[in-house]
Amino acid sequence: MIEDEEVEILLTDLLDIYGYDFTSYSRASLKRRIVRLVSIDKFPSFAEFRYKVRTDENYLKRFVEEITVNVTEMFRDPTFYKSLREDILPVLGTKPFIRVWHAGCSTGEEVFSMAILLKEAGLLRKSLLYATDLNPSVLEKVRKGIFPMHQMKQYSESYIESGGLKDFSEYYTANYGQAKFDKELSEKIIISTHNLVSDSSFNEFDLILCRNVLIYFDKDLQDRVLKLFDASLGTLGYLALGTKETLKFSVIQNKYKQLNREKIWKKVM
Amino acid sequence: MEESDVKKPVKALLIGGSAGSLQVLFHLLPLLNKTLPFAIIVVLHRRHSADSSLSELLSTKTALRTHEVDDKDVILPGHIYLAPADYHLLIEKGETFSLDYSEKVNFSRPSIDVTFESAAEVYGSSLAALLLSGANEDGTKGLLAVKKTGGITLVQNPETAQMPYMPNYALAHAVIDHVCDIAQMAHFINTLH
Repeated sequence: MIEDEEVEILLTDLLDIYGYDFTSYSRASLKRRIVRLVSIDKFPSFAEFRYKVRTDENYLKRFVEEITVNVTEMFRDPTFYKSLREDILPVLGTKPFIRVWHAGCSTGEEVFSMAILLKEAGLLRKSLLYATDLNPSVLEKVRKGIFPMHQMKQYSESYIESGGLKDFSEYYTANYGQAKFDKELSEKIIISTHNLVSDSSFNEFDLILCRNVLIYFDKDLQDRVLKLFDASLGTLGYLALGTKETLKFSVIQNKYKQLNREKIWKKVM
Repeated sequence: MEESDVKKPVKALLIGGSAGSLQVLFHLLPLLNKTLPFAIIVVLHRRHSADSSLSELLSTKTALRTHEVDDKDVILPGHIYLAPADYHLLIEKGETFSLDYSEKVNFSRPSIDVTFESAAEVYGSSLAALLLSGANEDGTKGLLAVKKTGGITLVQNPETAQMPYMPNYALAHAVIDHVCDIAQMAHFINTLH
């Protein structure tokens, strides 16, 4: 078992040596993932684990990849995507150019879902999707646009539930158990590392999606990140969060109006 | 059931269940006192994103205030909290909830083990945990963690469970303080304080 103090020591190491700041992450989840990693990689003690993280840059990569949760899926919460189709894209479509930011995009399933929505609305050509994550190795997967074939049945069902009318398999080529998504979609995706904890605003967007990322942050960091989103959204821009995340009690709450039951807010001030 | 060792001060009661446990809650909740001096935290396996109105359904069975948890909700005594579908539910040191969308545990998200283990770290001996009907092994490790930090462990009497596998597995692998039917559960909970 790992003590709470040992978790704090490790977080200080990461900040001092590498500049990765996990000190404002929710502790229960963070500790659980550290315990899990120590167990999977069979470290006999915390001291040995700490030594490896401190001294081996390759292991640091693995650490960051395993500590940050990278579980995601396409068209997750289909009613959310239905609302994007029906309520948001028609409004964005009136703009000459559409900028979308997927903050903490992980392996990119949601970015490709969005690209498909934009294509079906006839808006992909005038859109750019910025996909960012703090973790360079997951961004490699976004760049390739390749996802495991066995998930396509589930994704196809969610796609249809979201209001999709096509045959979902039109969007990818199946090969050796992998589904490679059309180049037309990935050409509009700009990929870059961005750490929500330490990096600042880099553009002005019409829509920011950050779903199931804030749940890993403590209240203070949530507020800081929401301010960053606010600074990165144009007036009347939209902010979309995960189904259990909220702007309630946040510092930016008064400037936003929730659209419907989905967790989408419009910037009204 | 003995009365003597149940009179510990308790800050939270955990209830975990899978197949066949919803009916137990429907019968159990109406038997509970209108005010209870601790929080009740319920983790049920349910179908992905389906029945999001489950907390409303449960709230019709009890005078206690019932919520499906949102991220960072504060844990208050006398309230019933339900783990949302498709998230793990964790408890933070300041007695707030946090959610986690990481890999399934025991093929389940929410996983009973994850919540029970996390609660055991925060509440230590001020905790009681009840495992209901189900057809898999989730919950047993969680009960082990609760027992290890000094909490009280209970399982539904497998003979009364629609799916006896889960309580039976717990009985075989963890130290269980009380095996109870629904009336005994209600009595136990109402006399906890």
